[in-house]
Amino acid sequence: MVEIILYIAGGLILLGMLTALWRFVEGPSSADRIMAFDAMTVTSIALIALIAFFNNRIIYLDVALVYGLLSFTGVIVIARFLEKGL
Amino acid sequence: MEIRMLIGSIVTLIGAIFIFLGALGIVRMPDLYNRLQSGTKASTLGTILSIAGIGIINPAWAGKAFIIISFVMMTNPVSSHTLARGAHHLGIPLSKKTVIDKLKEAEANEKKEEQ
Amino acid sequence: MNLKNVIQIFILSYLTWLALNWSVNADVLITGAIISVLIAVLLCSHCEVLQEVRLSPKSFAYAFAFVGVFWIELIKSNFDVALRVLTPSLPINPGIVEVKTTLHSNIGKMLLANAITLTPGTLTVDILDDRMFIHWIDVTSTDINEATRAIVSKFEKYLEVMYG
Repeated sequence: MVEIILYIAGGLILLGMLTALWRFVEGPSSADRIMAFDAMTVTSIALIALIAFFNNRIIYLDVALVYGLLSFTGVIVIARFLEKGL
Repeated sequence: MEIRMLIGSIVTLIGAIFIFLGALGIVRMPDLYNRLQSGTKASTLGTILSIAGIGIINPAWAGKAFIIISFVMMTNPVSSHTLARGAHHLGIPLSKKTVIDKLKEAEANEKKEEQ
Repeated sequence: MNLKNVIQIFILSYLTWLALNWSVNADVLITGAIISVLIAVLLCSHCEVLQEVRLSPKSFAYAFAFVGVFWIELIKSNFDVALRVLTPSLPINPGIVEVKTTLHSNIGKMLLANAITLTPGTLTVDILDDRMFIHWIDVTSTDINEATRAIVSKFEKYLEVMYG
């Protein structure tokens, strides 16, 4: 029961990432693309946590934390670059 | 035991639903700023609920889950705020439905004073 | 070098370390203490992140109240977004309005901007001194005072006590 619910949740998260990917491909401006990329990375933190549960490995949560850190820094750097060129 | 795991999985499911609705908003909204609104709010609460659900299922992971939750809560609004400011500086247009843009007026006023 | 500052940073990083490891073995405790002392002394003798926080019982009570209000607003805003996205006609009336804040400290302003971003229908776009520019998805008033009352004041009364 618990596993089935979590599989449905994982499927919904994947569907959300695919929807955001459409905006990433389509996005009229570069800022739209970065926005979709940011949403996808934050979403994938939740997905990594689900994978950690399915494989029963706590170390994957550290991966999720570092992934969030890197994506945050990346988005900030690109946004600053758009604003005034680093 | 079983009930606690059920509650955790339902919390995760609610988070996944919010994530999906936020992604739908990213596609449906007409301009960047409205997309940022739905994207930021939904993905923040969605991720928080998903990770909290995993923490409820597996109490030994609660500390790490708490760290990730507070991290997401502090950083996600900051990155969307930086992105919105950069986009406005770049001059990315607002949608046709927009009624007012005070920031543009303020920037125009500052330029006038400099001249 | 400011001793109060260093101790605050040490406590913060040590608590983070303990939550990350989630165990009380002697080696974990000792390693964490050494690393936290090094971080606090070498890297953070001049950080002013926690400098402006007021440590008093009233401030703690207001901090709890702030977190409670913040969570309620976050959940409300998610239902708001879901409702708007699922309505076929997409009911939005967006615009960028200007509001004023009375907070002076940097971290107070940052917390206020974060809280505004996560509340229903508002997104902070820019901060110039004490003026904040906010993208509002459903503009009801373009007047500065009324927008301030609608968006800022519900958080400001807590943050004023915490940071001044």
